[in-house]
Amino acid sequence: MEWLQQLVNGISLGSIYALIALGYTMVYGIIKLINFAHGDVFMLGAFIGFYAIARWDLGFFPALIISMLLCAIIGVIIERVAYKRLRNATRIAALITAIGVSLLIEYTVIFFRGASPEAYPEVLPNTSISILGASISSQSIMILAVTIVLMILLQFIVHKTKIGKAMRAVSHDADAARLMGINVDNTISATFAIGSALAGAAGVIFGVYYTRIEPLMGVLPGLKAFVAAVLGGIGSIPGAMVGGLVLGVVETIVSALGYSLWRDAAAFVILILILILKPSGIFGKNAREKV
Amino acid sequence: MLKVNNIDVFYGNIHALKDISLEVNEGEIVTLIGANGAGKSTLLKTLSGLLKPKNGNILYLTQQIAGKPAQTIVKSGISHVPEGRRVFSNMSVEENLELGAYLRNDRDGIKKDIDYVYELFPILDERRKQLSGTLSGGEQQMLAMGRALMAKPKLLLMDEPSMGLAPLVVKKIFEIIKTVNSQGTTVLLVEQNANMALSIADRAYVLETGKIVLSGTAKELQESEQVKAAYLGGL
Ligand SMILES: Nc1ncnc2c1ncn2[C@@H]1O[C@H](COP(=O)(O)OP(=O)(O)OP(=O)(O)O)[C@@H](O)[C@H]1O
Ligand SMILES: [Mg+2]
Repeated sequence: MEWLQQLVNGISLGSIYALIALGYTMVYGIIKLINFAHGDVFMLGAFIGFYAIARWDLGFFPALIISMLLCAIIGVIIERVAYKRLRNATRIAALITAIGVSLLIEYTVIFFRGASPEAYPEVLPNTSISILGASISSQSIMILAVTIVLMILLQFIVHKTKIGKAMRAVSHDADAARLMGINVDNTISATFAIGSALAGAAGVIFGVYYTRIEPLMGVLPGLKAFVAAVLGGIGSIPGAMVGGLVLGVVETIVSALGYSLWRDAAAFVILILILILKPSGIFGKNAREKV
Repeated sequence: MLKVNNIDVFYGNIHALKDISLEVNEGEIVTLIGANGAGKSTLLKTLSGLLKPKNGNILYLTQQIAGKPAQTIVKSGISHVPEGRRVFSNMSVEENLELGAYLRNDRDGIKKDIDYVYELFPILDERRKQLSGTLSGGEQQMLAMGRALMAKPKLLLMDEPSMGLAPLVVKKIFEIIKTVNSQGTTVLLVEQNANMALSIADRAYVLETGKIVLSGTAKELQESEQVKAAYLGGL
């Protein structure tokens, strides 16, 4: 049952894309910025998890939580320092700033620890479980479970809590949200915090699953998660989840068919196709019904 | 209750409000009428903290509110029903009402006030789970008003509630404005529909290209030749 195994691999990879894509899409939804530094927050998350496990001897879950918390703080700092003053600037100025922040993070990490890769310690038991004749690693199952829990938690925050309602209100109409008494600046910060925490979680999961991390590891997954967000419909949370999973599965299928050299190209072919065929993405709204 | 003293508001170098002063007393309905582009919305946005005046001050009860952030102003009891309604169309009617009570923490009180809004606007009760973007224009106006009332305002700012609505719906909304006012909420009503506005207001101001050109009791303005010619013409 080769295909089932491939499907599980694809979903594992896709969950990582989806977790990163959520941050892209939430930030875009609220301030219309493609935060190109987001992939680097993912990288920082992977390194924080690495140090937590390898240096401080923590287990997977404490490392995951520490990484998420620190990434949330880093995300808020990035927003407050670099993006906040650009709220009313042109989009291109904000985009260039985002690329600048991305390079700054990457090369700051290289400056302090060098560019060499690091091998993630094995923190999760790695046994194979046989399901329907396919051998599936217990790690994949764990990763999937963590991703699902995080997504349910996110849905709960966005739909049921006050801060989640504020986030949806601000992303729909910031001035109307102000008139409700919502503090727009704090709401934007909260969005960065949540998106960055998810990227941090994705970093730790990536490290555990693929075992090799390095300072430029955020670039490609970051771009692909961006593609996943566009595929799902940028600004849409369910879209980012579905887009990430679809992209992961497609990449794995492309590899499994023997075209592994084309794996990375697949994401960008999808991006081009979606921009031609349905620029608003799978879950995208075609037009905003703003008055 | 509200005293605006000599405020100037700019958009870049566009001088939108020029040396505006006006006053709203507790319990009144005061209307502000004027043509397109006169600066009516700009004035309301300045009062609710979306815009900052360059000069002048705004005294509300005992505090200066000019340039304060919107959330402080909402908290102090001023709610603004914006032009074009601006309901959160991606959310249900009930979620919109809950957002109106964003700064409140009294669960029971909020529940009671949601019921009160449904009593004022029974149609919203029928639509409570519906996405507000799918409501009719009149229903959206009612929702915007209900949402503002959820903050328990002492002063309600309303920007052209009659815009784009059928006469019957406008009548209904103006009746509710009167009801809300009689229950103790002071109202500052911006309108182009001068006839309707003057019929329910106690006092009125006329705004023209950023300046107040006329003021008086609603009755005086209804009879003023100048107002008749410019705003009540043909009616
Ligand atoms: N965001 C803005 N940037 C620049 N100028 C603006 C902006 N908003 C309003 N103005 C200008 O300020 C002036 C007053 O506009 P305002 O919206 O207050 O008018 P109004 O009396 O509410 O008109 P209407 O009845 O059409 O709603 C207009 O000349 C308008 O062009
Ligand atoms: Mg206006």
